[in-house]
Amino acid sequence: MTLNVTKIRTDFPILKRKIAGKPLVYLDNAATSQKPKAVIAAIDRYYQEYNANVHRGVHRLSEEATIAFEQSREKFARFIGAKTSKEIIFVRNATEALNLVALTWARANLRSGDRILLTEMEHHSNIVPWQMLAKEKGLRIDYVEIRDDGTLNWENFEQLIKERPKIFSLAHVSNALGTINPVRQMAREAHEMGATVIVDAAQSVPHMPVNVADLECDFLAASGHKMLAPTGIGMLYGRQDLLEHTEPLMGGGEMIKEVHLQGARWNDLPWKFEAGTPNIEGVIGLGAAVDYLTKLGMQNVREHEKDITRYAIERLANVKSLALYGTREIEKRGAVISFNLGDIHAHDLATILDTQGIAIRSGQHCAEPLMERLKVPATSRASFYIYNTRREADILVRALEKAAKMFKI
Amino acid sequence: MTPDIYKETILDHYRHPRNYGDLPNANAQARDANNLCGDVIEMQVRINAKMIDDVSFRGQGCAISMATASMLTEFSKGKPVSEVKKLEKDDLIKLLGADPGPARIECALLALDVLKTAISAGQGTKVPKEERRK
Repeated sequence: MTLNVTKIRTDFPILKRKIAGKPLVYLDNAATSQKPKAVIAAIDRYYQEYNANVHRGVHRLSEEATIAFEQSREKFARFIGAKTSKEIIFVRNATEALNLVALTWARANLRSGDRILLTEMEHHSNIVPWQMLAKEKGLRIDYVEIRDDGTLNWENFEQLIKERPKIFSLAHVSNALGTINPVRQMAREAHEMGATVIVDAAQSVPHMPVNVADLECDFLAASGHKMLAPTGIGMLYGRQDLLEHTEPLMGGGEMIKEVHLQGARWNDLPWKFEAGTPNIEGVIGLGAAVDYLTKLGMQNVREHEKDITRYAIERLANVKSLALYGTREIEKRGAVISFNLGDIHAHDLATILDTQGIAIRSGQHCAEPLMERLKVPATSRASFYIYNTRREADILVRALEKAAKMFKI
Repeated sequence: MTPDIYKETILDHYRHPRNYGDLPNANAQARDANNLCGDVIEMQVRINAKMIDDVSFRGQGCAISMATASMLTEFSKGKPVSEVKKLEKDDLIKLLGADPGPARIECALLALDVLKTAISAGQGTKVPKEERRK
């Protein structure tokens, strides 16, 4: 065992819950993770001991809050291998991080007729902001095709990258299929063609070692709540030289150095992009989450997830009439497993599993184009994390077999 | 434990939908989709002297949405338009014989929305969206 899961489980109070008299089996981690006591306590401590606004007061509480806030930024910067914490901008979620790049750097640097390259497996948050910008500026969007096994079609990528898109934006790990994309290899080719590379890392940063220098990306979007932190906190990494030459999106307090009636001067990075009072508790919770994950070791987290994914896929593959989506190569996938059971609709399946205490996601996973590509109206998705066990995978399999019986398939 | 909503009658309507397909001489129809899950339902009605002479449906989706559509066609056939237009969420739960819960009731409501839109079209009036889910 790479992680002490028994010990980890005691850190998550919610895992003691019973649903319909059965122990909760939480397999919806790609939607949001549960929170350990350490994160809940850090937020609690902030409110009980040093609640104050940051970067404003000179009083003790404000100083303490500011230190905790900026320490969290440094922790996250180290966590993903940024050169400096100036490269980390706090936003609401990964969606906002991607929108921020679209509305600032991309809006200023792309001209009518320019191309943007995405992939068919993107979450809506990495499609719609680009469609909006494309409409505004007259841009063209191309999509790298996926193969039937849910991996990207490399030949198609090589063709499309030769069209010299200004932006290549892709998911590190697919939220619907779990596919891990070879970001570094693709980023190299994209850079050679002059593209700026943006990575949606919402599904990778919580689950495996992620290093922006190794990935060779220019921007990276991540989400706090999928990595043990509270909702409402997202992170945008941007290369310092790019951010420095980018105008802010929102104006207000915090983002300025000086304001006069006839104009204002922007604050330094990263605060230039953080107008208004930020989500202080979210950032402090994020700091505690990074500490927790760092202590476990991200390589250990990845090994644990590989083990449970391998095991779950093996078991699921033996369930009669169950269709599994995505590659079977464990090295190429994260702990997200999409499937359909016979002709049972994903929502029906999720409702039936819920009565067994099992929480899974069902639907289109905010990836409608991908569902169209797979030619399925929806899928069920089980996604695992640090506190999930092989036994829980067994419980899932048994519940699926029951559901099949119920629907007579 | 079998969840109430997936009892025999509902699964039977799902597996063997009643009044499925085209309705000859229909004088109105409506179609709507639940974008969240991709359920699609289309209904055709024949209205005659303020009565629902006949009704049929077509669609794809989960067991709850399809079974509700099937049960609704059986229920409303031969009923006065005014009675069907008055149907509400609670009536659907009664019809299904089980409460699908706050998330899944949306699946059941789709069929009712479509039916109400169809019969309103048959009467030449429109139902405002906010009225439909009372």
